[in-house]
Amino acid sequence: MPNLSFAAPTSVDEAVKILAGASGMAKMLAGGTDLLVQLRSGRTRPELIVDTKRIPGLIGIREESDRFVIGASTPGVMIYENEALTRAWPGIVEGMDLIGSEQIQGRASLAGNLCNASPAADSVPALIAARATAVIAGPSGRREAPVEAIVTGPGQTSLQKGEFIVEFHVPKPKPHQSDAYLRFIPRTEMDIAVVGCGVNVTLDGNGVCTDARVVLGAVAPTQVIAEEAAAALIGHKLDNDTLSKLDAAAGRACKPISDKRGTIEYRIKVAGVLARRAAAIAFERAAQR
Amino acid sequence: MAKTHVTTIINGEPVEFLCEPQQTLLDVLRDELNLTGSKEGCSSGDCGACTVIVDGNIVCACLMLGAEAEGRNITTVEGIAEGDKLHPVQQKFLEHAALQCGFCTPGFIVAAKALLDHNLNPTEEETRYWLAGNLCRCTGYDKIIRAVLDAAAVMRGENPPSPAA
Ligand SMILES: Cc1cc2nc3c(=O)[nH]c(=O)nc-3n(C[C@H](O)[C@H](O)[C@H](O)COP(=O)(O)OP(=O)(O)OC[C@H]3O[C@@H](n4cnc5c(N)ncnc54)[C@H](O)[C@@H]3O)c2cc1C
Ligand code: FES
Ligand code: FES
Repeated sequence: MPNLSFAAPTSVDEAVKILAGASGMAKMLAGGTDLLVQLRSGRTRPELIVDTKRIPGLIGIREESDRFVIGASTPGVMIYENEALTRAWPGIVEGMDLIGSEQIQGRASLAGNLCNASPAADSVPALIAARATAVIAGPSGRREAPVEAIVTGPGQTSLQKGEFIVEFHVPKPKPHQSDAYLRFIPRTEMDIAVVGCGVNVTLDGNGVCTDARVVLGAVAPTQVIAEEAAAALIGHKLDNDTLSKLDAAAGRACKPISDKRGTIEYRIKVAGVLARRAAAIAFERAAQR
Repeated sequence: MAKTHVTTIINGEPVEFLCEPQQTLLDVLRDELNLTGSKEGCSSGDCGACTVIVDGNIVCACLMLGAEAEGRNITTVEGIAEGDKLHPVQQKFLEHAALQCGFCTPGFIVAAKALLDHNLNPTEEETRYWLAGNLCRCTGYDKIIRAVLDAAAVMRGENPPSPAA
């Protein structure tokens, strides 16, 4: 690393200016739990590291009348300790909480998990399932984009030069709406998802699903919104017939690879099973409120 | 390469240092400040041998830049005892012989101390999950878990019998 430099701006505008003035590759730093590993191994060779954590609002969770605002760099520990968010969106909190150890939770953030752009990122499916958006700052001002529009492939995002995520907006749940996230790993802690599945459902007073999103992780180059799987839920209660249709549709949404964690066939099978289980949890939670 | 000047608090004392942008907090602690208690096992966040407390949360010092330490409050294993008086976690590690080679011990001590700062009455399961980011190649973990649970009992004012040596 011949000419690495470090900046810790204290406002969004200052960060935008620093990024605009950078000649080579600039990397934003949140918790560093991906970036520092890649820096060490030489997988990334930035010229500039910009610490996001001194920018006001980048760390913290705010509740507004119709949404939660989660600062891009808020560490996992602040997310799982937030009772209002945990009550509103247990699935989003579960996804984040699964990341790494307690040490990793002290640093790892939603923006880092998303922008590292791993297909297996655990916090992403439930965020997409909740129709969360990312607020992005950059040289031409601010824009807002759905979370599913950020990742374009492994390690690739749609963020333009000089852009970074400031915060996430997550709408508050409607009556009888809830979510769940499950991942499958061969052990109980500290591993990368073979498959992850976030399910978000809204029910009517009789337990019939009126709206749903099913999002799969680790089964394609990016997270997959399984439209057909959601359609299998809408208009139905969670009976056996609905569960089998969901299972089959989730499997069809997968375009996985075979690697040391699992074969194509295995991932497709597990995706169906996780979709059933996550849907069961989300329906139960939704019915209870 | 521009060095960053950092002012921070380590183990209760104000500390100043200069560091290069790519130097981790672990590099700074060990190589610049001579605080070699924090160990470097993997440098990738997997082993927990480098665990330190930053503003109340445990983090891997190998995954934090030295430059990020500006204005933070950091506790390393060197700051766990009060003078000559060992922290109950340290005392119980000795009594239970919860170490063999000892390489993982500083990380476990710091992580366990942070657990008990949050929760004086953790279950065995909570303790095992909390310490899942600390790897030990020697002990098989059981003595470590007993030591931490016993230290919690001591801190609650109970008087658990010392294990037979
Ligand atoms: C031991 C260990 C276990 C792990 N376990 C898991 C796991 O179980 N599941 C999982 O999904 N991940 C896991 N990870 C990966 C990592 O912890 C997560 O992806 C984490 O959420 C990354 O967040 P961060 O804040 O540390 O990101 P950083 O490392 O700071 O950044 C990651 C990437 O995002 C970019 N970035 C950061 N902030 C912004 C921003 N505001 N705008 C634009 N780009 C930004 C950075 O430039 C970088 O490219 C693990 C890592 C380790 C070391
Ligand atoms: S050296 Fe930091 S976790 Fe292993
Ligand atoms: S005592 Fe040797 S690694 Fe734990």
